[in-house]
Amino acid sequence: MVFSIASFVTQVAVLLLLLILVHKPLGVYLASVFEGKKSTRVERLFYRWSGVDPNTEQRWSIYLRSVLVFSAVSILLVFLLQRLQGVLPGNNSLPGVDPWTAMNTAISFATNTNWQTYTPETTMGIFAQMCLLAVQNFLSAAVGIVVVVALIRGIARTRTDRLGNFWVDLARTSFRVLLPMAALAAIVMVIGGVVQNFWSTDVVNQATGVTQTIPGGPVASQEAIKILGTNGGGYFNANSSHPFENPNVFISMFEVFLILLIPSALPYAYGRMVGDQRQGYTIVGVMGTLWLTSTVLMGWAVAGAAGTATAAAGGLGEGFEQRFGAAQSSIFATATTLTSTGAINVAHDSLPPLAGGVAMVNMMLGEVAPGGTGSGLYGLLILAIVSVFIAGLMVGRTPEFLGKKIGPREMKLAAMYILVTPVVVLATAGITVLLPDAMANAPASGPHQFSEVLYAFTSGANNNGSAFAGITTSGPYLSTIMGIAMLLGRYLPIVLVLALAGSMAKQPKIPASSGTVPTHGWLFGSLLLSVTVIMTALSYFPALALGPLAEGLLK
Amino acid sequence: MNTLPGYLRQAGTALRFLLLATVVLGLIYPLAIFGIGQAVAPFQANGSIVRDASGKPAASALIAQVSANDAGIQNPLWFHARPSAAKWDPGASTASNLGPNDPKLLDAIKANRAAVAAAEGVKESDVPADAVTASGSGLDPQISVAYARLQVPRVAKAHGLSPETVQAMVDRRTVTGLEAFLGQPSVNVTELNLDVAAAAVK
Repeated sequence: MVFSIASFVTQVAVLLLLLILVHKPLGVYLASVFEGKKSTRVERLFYRWSGVDPNTEQRWSIYLRSVLVFSAVSILLVFLLQRLQGVLPGNNSLPGVDPWTAMNTAISFATNTNWQTYTPETTMGIFAQMCLLAVQNFLSAAVGIVVVVALIRGIARTRTDRLGNFWVDLARTSFRVLLPMAALAAIVMVIGGVVQNFWSTDVVNQATGVTQTIPGGPVASQEAIKILGTNGGGYFNANSSHPFENPNVFISMFEVFLILLIPSALPYAYGRMVGDQRQGYTIVGVMGTLWLTSTVLMGWAVAGAAGTATAAAGGLGEGFEQRFGAAQSSIFATATTLTSTGAINVAHDSLPPLAGGVAMVNMMLGEVAPGGTGSGLYGLLILAIVSVFIAGLMVGRTPEFLGKKIGPREMKLAAMYILVTPVVVLATAGITVLLPDAMANAPASGPHQFSEVLYAFTSGANNNGSAFAGITTSGPYLSTIMGIAMLLGRYLPIVLVLALAGSMAKQPKIPASSGTVPTHGWLFGSLLLSVTVIMTALSYFPALALGPLAEGLLK
Repeated sequence: MNTLPGYLRQAGTALRFLLLATVVLGLIYPLAIFGIGQAVAPFQANGSIVRDASGKPAASALIAQVSANDAGIQNPLWFHARPSAAKWDPGASTASNLGPNDPKLLDAIKANRAAVAAAEGVKESDVPADAVTASGSGLDPQISVAYARLQVPRVAKAHGLSPETVQAMVDRRTVTGLEAFLGQPSVNVTELNLDVAAAAVK
């Protein structure tokens, strides 16, 4: 397997160019959707049938309650219908899903994690894939987006306790943003070779005597939203390594573009909604710098092809697909872990040790470059608030963020946000490491075994969903603790973000003074970048040292 | 407002919202893409199925099709695909998911290298990496140009064809141009074996 530097540079340049071209028009469109006052006739009908009053705005606590109730109902319904698969139509003769797997999967898809403890081919029929999992792909992505929209309103609005209407925001994001974009992407994918039918095909090769059953299914429609909504749960077990999900290098590049598309356009919408485009540019600049740095590091680590087995093979190959090449696979692996996607086109478990380490660090950064749909932007905005606090300490002034005072309450919420995910990751991984029975599910030895466990909980709590897939998490203990990690990693940050949005919306806007730290420009961008990297390093360095760093340094 | 009736009313809203959204996103959307796919690109939408001379479905151009015995030894008559953790079963895609320093992987690679060298009658050092490593999907139909070239003499001899003829077939199934630049040059074994079978019949 060749790592072509020329191909790597070309692909990165093309991706950057396309994203720069698209982020402004898409950002303008996103802002117009979030700020729109009118509902279409179909939407009004939709609201009437669901019992939503689209003209009422909600306080932060009610907005939050709506997020939580909607997610709880989603989890329960997806769980129940998986259990009933055996008696429902479209089950492809598969029985009801085992309760632990069904619980884990329901949580996984509602939290935008899409960790797959099941083997799709032998667990999920067409109904479950299409009407349960793919629907959650849309809605969980939309939930992430509406939460950041509420935060942006909290920053932009003054002297109000209203943040918007969750149901209206959810419907508009799903039907005006995700649905048309996914439909376009799915059509491109079908033309490129991704399957979209409802049957399998028996083939017989008369010459070789080989018979095969070629699988089918509504793959393109699911693949499009899986990628666009930074979900990542594959229709097939091999995910985006499977030729029917990702048939060639062009579609693979297209998938990377789609992963980065919405998260990198949201900062422009943010700038527009707060009435200062420089704010959006600074945020997207930090995201882009982190993305580019991480992509280059990943390329370097992959090209190094370290590992005794890799050396014995004479180079990269294990876990790679021949049609993508190592350059495309390293770009994909970076994008999928810097966002909450977790789709894979190369087996991350078999990557060189430091490359696997880069993938873990990407998730540990909090997936903010550019991050999951919505969650990436709210993650980076919280880090920006922490940054103005630190800057405020240096100049001895009360910190403010876009005219809003960052007082004790705001700072506590932001600090807790920063702490929640690392605590969940390290606690769940730490507990698991102490349980020999649980560790037996990670069959690797030495530091790599620890890496498999650390990767799993980093992925779960950050709602990524990719895996060092040598680990098996289908038993009661691992299904449950992974479920807990995914729930806490998703909803605790959302609680804190919406509380912060509520307390910022109430404040008046104070005019900038000579003591105000500007939250745009190179200086603040560099500060934000440093804070992001340092927070991650302080939280995770010891764990990383025991896993990928130890393995990478062992000879 | 944060009372039990408030929660229940919102749960009712959530359920109705979810069911309506499922009709749009879980039924209308995939069916619309299905309709468009069947109209615009039926070959791709149905799995890129290639047919034999009699018009019967013979293989998917995107999925490895391998003639192998129960032990996983590939039939010496045909071009071999890459090793597979899925035993090339289209219904069981998977990677090995073994780490880069895993002793099991090291052993498997050494065994694969010895087997390929013996099958092709070449030195172990001449065996390329893709020939000894399992793909990410277990269904990868592509192999490197080097691995295809290694197999030409064996396949040509098995079918009574000249090596030049078989090499020409390999060249015809080699990915070139922009696709090879962005990815890498590679050869589709599934289609190549169908070509060899068609030529051998004549």
